[in-house]
Amino acid sequence: METPLIEFKNVTKRFGRRAVLENVNLQIYEGQVTTIIGLSGGGKTVLLKHIIGLLKPDEGTILFRGKPLDKMSKNEMDASLAQMSYMFQDNALFDSMTVYENIALPLRETTTLSNSEIDSKVMARIEQTELSDSARKFPSELSGGMQKRAALARALVIDPSIVLFDEPTSGQDPVRKNAILSMIAQYQRKLGFTAVVVSHEIPDVYFISNRILALYDHNIVFQGTPEELEDFEHPFKDEVIRSLEGLQKELTGLHSKRQFKLLYYGQMKRRSLRDTYSLVLFKLGSLDDIIAGLGHEAAQEAIRSMGVFIDKHFGPIGGFSTRRSIDEFVTVLPYSEKNEAVDILEDFVKDFQEHGISEIWAGAREKAAPGTCVDFTILAGLAQGQPIAEIETVIASAENKLKEIGRLRCAV
Amino acid sequence: MITRVLLMASADKSKSDYKSKTGSTTFLVPVLVNILRIVKLLLSPFTVVGRTVISWVDNCGASAIFLVLALLKTFWHKQLSKIVQQIYYIGTSSTTIIALVGFFTGMVLGLQSYHALIKLGAQGAIGTMVALSLVRELGPVLTAIMITARAGSAITAEIGVQRISEQIDALDTMRIDSLRYLISPRIVAAIISFPLLTALFDLIGIIGGYVSAVVLLGANAGTYLHRVQASLEMKDLTDGFIKAVVFAIIVATVCCYQGYFAHMRQDSHGAKAVGLSTTSAVVLSCVLILVSDYVVTSLLI
Repeated sequence: METPLIEFKNVTKRFGRRAVLENVNLQIYEGQVTTIIGLSGGGKTVLLKHIIGLLKPDEGTILFRGKPLDKMSKNEMDASLAQMSYMFQDNALFDSMTVYENIALPLRETTTLSNSEIDSKVMARIEQTELSDSARKFPSELSGGMQKRAALARALVIDPSIVLFDEPTSGQDPVRKNAILSMIAQYQRKLGFTAVVVSHEIPDVYFISNRILALYDHNIVFQGTPEELEDFEHPFKDEVIRSLEGLQKELTGLHSKRQFKLLYYGQMKRRSLRDTYSLVLFKLGSLDDIIAGLGHEAAQEAIRSMGVFIDKHFGPIGGFSTRRSIDEFVTVLPYSEKNEAVDILEDFVKDFQEHGISEIWAGAREKAAPGTCVDFTILAGLAQGQPIAEIETVIASAENKLKEIGRLRCAV
Repeated sequence: MITRVLLMASADKSKSDYKSKTGSTTFLVPVLVNILRIVKLLLSPFTVVGRTVISWVDNCGASAIFLVLALLKTFWHKQLSKIVQQIYYIGTSSTTIIALVGFFTGMVLGLQSYHALIKLGAQGAIGTMVALSLVRELGPVLTAIMITARAGSAITAEIGVQRISEQIDALDTMRIDSLRYLISPRIVAAIISFPLLTALFDLIGIIGGYVSAVVLLGANAGTYLHRVQASLEMKDLTDGFIKAVVFAIIVATVCCYQGYFAHMRQDSHGAKAVGLSTTSAVVLSCVLILVSDYVVTSLLI
């Protein structure tokens, strides 16, 4: 079995008489995005600070690549910590230094690189995080989102193999929250680091995570994939998921995956086994190109507008929709035969080409930098299912039939 | 511990009162509890004193370790630019205020000495009095107090804000030693700046004494300057500089320590903790300057 990159064995931490962590056991694997969810004040930050060595456990052991941290020599410990970066919840940028100086600091102080090498590395990160115009500004002169990006650039400048993100989305509006997560996911794919994210307030975290750890009542009550979390029954889940569902609704007007499943099974129970229903899968094509062309916030705005448009069209005729992944939506038309569904979809495509795509583009353009442009492609696939069939099979069938239903060129 | 057990026993008693009716020795419990309460009350002033003393000893030990660790990190190759920067901030930027205070201190010394010595017919000794008072005592003490007010308070506030906004934690996560990066340059800069500013204070003070005693009150200029030159020995100067170095170490350590541990204060949190740490740093530095002045003087004399 693969040795975990970081492992907690019966870790307990108390502040005075108050226990924050009690016999915590967890594993974090290399190259994955692991998300720690839990209620606020539940000890998530404390857990993260143990990983980077800012706090020491009262009891138990933390292992790094299978070796206990407390048994390591100072040099080994230094070498382990040198691979990690930490992005603080409140950014912890040095407020008397410019953004450039903030990002350059770890290189200046911990490496022997020349000034020109440091400059090229720092400028590369500044460009990647879209901060070129703000390099000479002080953190207090930047917006909340830009400060987050500056903190991210500082965390990534040393090319770490592990990055710990403490509530990277706190204090942002929903679209920007998604944009930050999308940015983390993109860098994680590009640079291949192991990401540990503390965030519970945003549904998108489930789309970018390989593993979820749930911290509840001082302990880890769940470790597994986001799909496994769907089937996990625990009082904790109700508390956390309820808050997420509200946000999901606010963001795209769509149901959460759980609500979608409840609706689906509720509808299917009332149908006889011979009845059929239709399912449409929508996909926003080449999301990465949109991100590269217009930025993370514009891309998130496009996803949001698309969700709103789908709900507006199918909601009144009894359809219900959810987001399947970061760029896919599923709509179930429970009472529609295939032919009827084809007609409905044709109407949708017509309406979509007349109004929808321009609405999505209009939403994205507000967030995009002036003068930037990218082609939008929307794909859709229709499939027919029966109550007896597994919904995943029907979705897979719709996925195979995906075809382009709309395209918006820059010139339009 | 015994008190706690007995208090618990007393609390449990109400729950199981029926037992006490049958038990023969249980009536002793409330009596013992009351006796112990009285003993505890009588001992409480000692507890407070003990706790305060232990806390003082703790802090003294921690400050000493803090100072030694910071000084050990002085000789790292990237420290020089930070030390120079701090010398500019603690030293160079304080020049004007030190010159101003020095000048008026010298003037008032000249004025007072003139009126006191003229009664004895010894106005020729004004130069001696001004020079010795300044070089041996007032120069180092007032310079240290002025730098505490100007730079010491700012050091505490700056480091305190960095502490409560997690900037120091951020340094640790980047493997930048916060003692080396923040504390060491400030202590070394203080050790270099204090004697230089003291020398400036002494010089400007002697000029101030000349202005008030000679220019304004008409004492003999030649006598004043001769007395200044004749009465000052090298030992007076070195003693003054030794004091300046001692004060530098005290002020820099106290101010940095208070800021660095602003988050550990029991009496407040956040911005208020930084404010109180700054107040504590200034008050404690001034008190320690005067206390150590006596101790160092008695050792040097």
